[in-house]
Amino acid sequence: MPLSTTIARTAPAEVERPTGDTRTVPDLPWLVIVWNDPINLMSYVTYVFQKLFGYSFAKASKLMLDVHHKGKAIVSSGSREKAEFDVSRLHAHGLWATMQQDA
Amino acid sequence: MKPRFEPQRGGGFRLRLPAAERDMLRTVPGQLRELMGGDLDAPDLRRLFPPAYESDAELQEEYRRLTIDDLAERRREALQVVEETVDADHLTEEQLTAWLGVVNDVRLVLGTRLDITEDSYQRPLPQDDPRFAQFALFSYMGFLEENIVEALAATLPTTD
Repeated sequence: MPLSTTIARTAPAEVERPTGDTRTVPDLPWLVIVWNDPINLMSYVTYVFQKLFGYSFAKASKLMLDVHHKGKAIVSSGSREKAEFDVSRLHAHGLWATMQQDA
Repeated sequence: MKPRFEPQRGGGFRLRLPAAERDMLRTVPGQLRELMGGDLDAPDLRRLFPPAYESDAELQEEYRRLTIDDLAERRREALQVVEETVDADHLTEEQLTAWLGVVNDVRLVLGTRLDITEDSYQRPLPQDDPRFAQFALFSYMGFLEENIVEALAATLPTTD
């Protein structure tokens, strides 16, 4: 049953959008996800993870295998700014990366 | 046979490529540059300029607006490096890194065009297939890229 009839009569005609980013929740960290793709070489993906994030070969390989076998992996997390920065670097290296807030 | 990209003690890499491979590489930057001079939203380029946000159109538009020109420009600069060094005997690390970017970009564009899937590697195209030449170039770029990654990875700090 809708509540809308009551709200329509009492709500202001225009909703004032609060300042700040209401599309995202401020406290939740942003996750950077790399997705599996059939083009990028496994050796290349591992190298990019080492180069961009300073991960050891072991850690970078494991992440790459997670991407390969599970379809995706979280490679970094942080503020929205940091995540966008990481995503853009991954894009510059041809990786399929996206970002989303930790649910 | 000696490696195509051999790290040198003094720095940089000795480059040994057969003439036929240099000739193949020679044609690549021009074609990519032409593609990137056109619409960056073209389907063939979608792996070069992928989305950052999949469920927020506004944030994605902002991200694209802020990043796409820089992303495209850096790729064009790398194309120029390859054009200038395709006949070189020696590459600096910076130059080889540019080669890696170009080779990977070519693979992404060709792979998109050829609709490459995980299975494609097991089922190479027959020679009479009209896409054979593109597939051969795609395969060769993969081979070259493995060689480049091996050479560059040797320069990464090995803190395991």
